[in-house]
Amino acid sequence: MSEDCIRLEFDVDSENFASAGMASEAVKTKLKQLGINMQDVRRVAIAMYEGEINMVIHAKGGKATVDIFPHRVDMILADKGPGIADIDLAMKEGYSTAPDNIRALGFGAGMGLPNMKKNTDAMKIDSVQGIGTTIYMTVNLH
Amino acid sequence: MKVSRLAEILNAEIINLSEDREIETGYCGDFLSFAMSRLPSNSAWFTVMSNANVAAVAVLTEAAAIVVCENVRPDENLSARCKTEGLNLLIVAYPAYECAVKLSQALKNE
Repeated sequence: MSEDCIRLEFDVDSENFASAGMASEAVKTKLKQLGINMQDVRRVAIAMYEGEINMVIHAKGGKATVDIFPHRVDMILADKGPGIADIDLAMKEGYSTAPDNIRALGFGAGMGLPNMKKNTDAMKIDSVQGIGTTIYMTVNLH
Repeated sequence: MKVSRLAEILNAEIINLSEDREIETGYCGDFLSFAMSRLPSNSAWFTVMSNANVAAVAVLTEAAAIVVCENVRPDENLSARCKTEGLNLLIVAYPAYECAVKLSQALKNE
């Protein structure tokens, strides 16, 4: 980690579904303080929020690490959840494995991973069933 | 148009009005991932979704106001979080479509 990097770390709590989004909001606030342009702030916030929600819905929480560099933001979201059985399928808009109680909250439209992909410049998913999932995302800053 | 003016037009019950922000446009939708990626900033967001996650999406998208339609009661977590985060929260009897029409007319007449 270079000196030009600001690192933010979060434990994403699955116990309190109502508090989901706190990490994304903290990252957004920090980026705004740093004077990052709003379009980029919004892309980071969307990607981060979707990742956070996924960890709450599917993996009983996890850890989020956000590194803010002068020209990019790296996000690493790591969980010890069930893993993604078919990543290609999971990336399709409209495909969801979220249960009905989650859909009733307004999630489970099958837009989470596609939204993350759309709003980042690079995204990589490492997932092993029964072990967990780690998602690496980068948003370039303009 | 200010949030307070929209509240008048829609005969809204004001649950929270922290800052009387300017509304530039509107957005109708209940799926949070759609709202998250598409809701324009400074919107009035018309929805029947009423849990605390609505507040998170409204903060991240910089919505000017959350307007819960069809007299759905927001759950306590949503009301509380709107107050903490300074989000404007209204309840109205109209469905989202009628809210959007009324907002559109009012914006045109400004």
